[in-house]
Amino acid sequence: MTLLRRVLDRHWYAWAMVAPVVLVLALLVLYPLARGLWFSLTDANESNIGRTIGPNHIPSTYQFVGLDNYWHVLSGAEGHFYPVLAWTVVWTLICVALHYGIGLALALLLNQRARFRTGYRIMLILPWAVPPFVSVFAWRLLLNGQAGIVNKALGGLGLPAVAWLSDPTWQKVSVIGVNTWIGVPFMMVALLGGLQSIPAELYEAAEMDGASAWHRFRFVTVPSLRPISNTVILLGCIWTFNQFAIIFLLVGQAAGASSQILVTYAYQLAFSGVRDYSGSATYGALILSLLLVFAVVYRRRLGSPARENPT
Amino acid sequence: MTVTLTRSTPAVTSPPPARVRRRGERSRLASIAYHATMITVSAVAVFPVLWVVYMSFGDADAWANPAEILRSPVTSNYGAVLRQHDGFLTWLGNSLVVAICTTLLGVLIAATAGYALSRMRFPGHRPLMWTFLVTQMFPVAILIVPLYNILSTLHLLNTYAGLVLTYCTISVPFCAWMLKGYFDTIPVEIDEAGRIDGCSPFGTFWKLVVPLARPGLAVTAFYTFLTAWGEVAYATQFMTTPDRYTLAVGLQTYVGQFKAEWGAMTAASVMISAFAAAVFFGVQRHLVSGLTAGAAK
Repeated sequence: MTLLRRVLDRHWYAWAMVAPVVLVLALLVLYPLARGLWFSLTDANESNIGRTIGPNHIPSTYQFVGLDNYWHVLSGAEGHFYPVLAWTVVWTLICVALHYGIGLALALLLNQRARFRTGYRIMLILPWAVPPFVSVFAWRLLLNGQAGIVNKALGGLGLPAVAWLSDPTWQKVSVIGVNTWIGVPFMMVALLGGLQSIPAELYEAAEMDGASAWHRFRFVTVPSLRPISNTVILLGCIWTFNQFAIIFLLVGQAAGASSQILVTYAYQLAFSGVRDYSGSATYGALILSLLLVFAVVYRRRLGSPARENPT
Repeated sequence: MTVTLTRSTPAVTSPPPARVRRRGERSRLASIAYHATMITVSAVAVFPVLWVVYMSFGDADAWANPAEILRSPVTSNYGAVLRQHDGFLTWLGNSLVVAICTTLLGVLIAATAGYALSRMRFPGHRPLMWTFLVTQMFPVAILIVPLYNILSTLHLLNTYAGLVLTYCTISVPFCAWMLKGYFDTIPVEIDEAGRIDGCSPFGTFWKLVVPLARPGLAVTAFYTFLTAWGEVAYATQFMTTPDRYTLAVGLQTYVGQFKAEWGAMTAASVMISAFAAAVFFGVQRHLVSGLTAGAAK
């Protein structure tokens, strides 16, 4: 009792200050999360879930089915999980690699002393400044099958038109391209900040020791950028894995399962055709567990990402 | 890295070793390569945006025949979009209401928690930080169905309140996480001084730390605003009638399966982007340092 009192005396202030957030998280995140997990153990769909139509309330009639949904999905009987998962992983790796690679290259270029640097910088940041949902529609206009400027340009070069937004394979190319276009500026700005915080003395010392440009990059730039790289790559993986708007708006509802990633596929399950709430919840739970495993492994391997403040 | 060709500098005592050059100097060739690369990349970055601006001056059928626009540019798209009933202006209003409410709620609720997490060590500290990290990773897929059902039971579908509450699931943990990072950068000595002068911990927070953290609060608020403003998944399902659409939902209605009002779409896009880009370029310098500071620790 006295122990409890001591703990309470010591910490009540801190607890009072975090209480609002804890309350909000409990009501808005944990409770729905628990409900979502519960749905994943039932056969809930649009037709058997409780709902109110006008003055009539229809009670829920869905039933507990145990781990059937998970078994259905994970055993491959459902048929979409593994292909979609594979594509999600490929999509995440390619996108993050492109974001990081191009972002780093541009950051290095922008870090050079040169004329018009500010001008280039402003132009290169533009894709980030435009809201993503607007950019996606811009790209739909550009990539339009019949009249899009990209196909017209290809035609001008004597190449055949490409079904960017309707052919499943090209859909994949398009979403990666558009996501890269949208995502590079963030990486670029983040890494540029990191580059600028590397003390010039390090480079001078390396130069005195006769390090070549490549060696200076390899042994000064890369290690100095590591903390910020870890942070932006982790963020990039999570954001890309969960990327919804770009795929949904670019190839969207019309797309088959093959060019969806897990998140958009789960969304499609929940909100098109007969709404399969339990299937969607199952996917959600699986996605979340994948992300958790990923984050834990990532933190283990690299320690706490970005321990120091990189900028 | 760019090709950095060596160039002997006459100022250096003779004989100049081949490796010596002033930092940032390049040969003419390297300079040309540099600018050519930058111009190409910038063109790729800017072209889609300029193209939308260009297309917004075309009439209804112009999107199939872009060259026509040069001959007869029209501004009618803008007028049409602005005049549309339950159209652009309504959606803009809705987006602003939802995004501003989300931002205010998020920052207000999260600020004290961010401070406590930054300054105090208490049981529950680590789990809470973990919860914040995990909620950042929450895929929309797992919460959207239960939230949809809960909001439907509470008759909050298609209301501002419902969407704001939904967005709080994203904004509250995000703000708390970011703000903790900011508060960490404010020296503890300031708190100690406040405590010696007789302030309570909350008094210290409110009177000393919050004013100092104002830039951090602003950046966090801006990020939250951006997220809420550009959110697609929840808004598409939760807002069901045109008078409640946010811009991200409304824009989808211009180009559907059976119609393609690219004129209206591009005009609306230009107006949204102009507004967003103006604000964005005002604060972008702070954005990344803010995010990565929040990510630290």
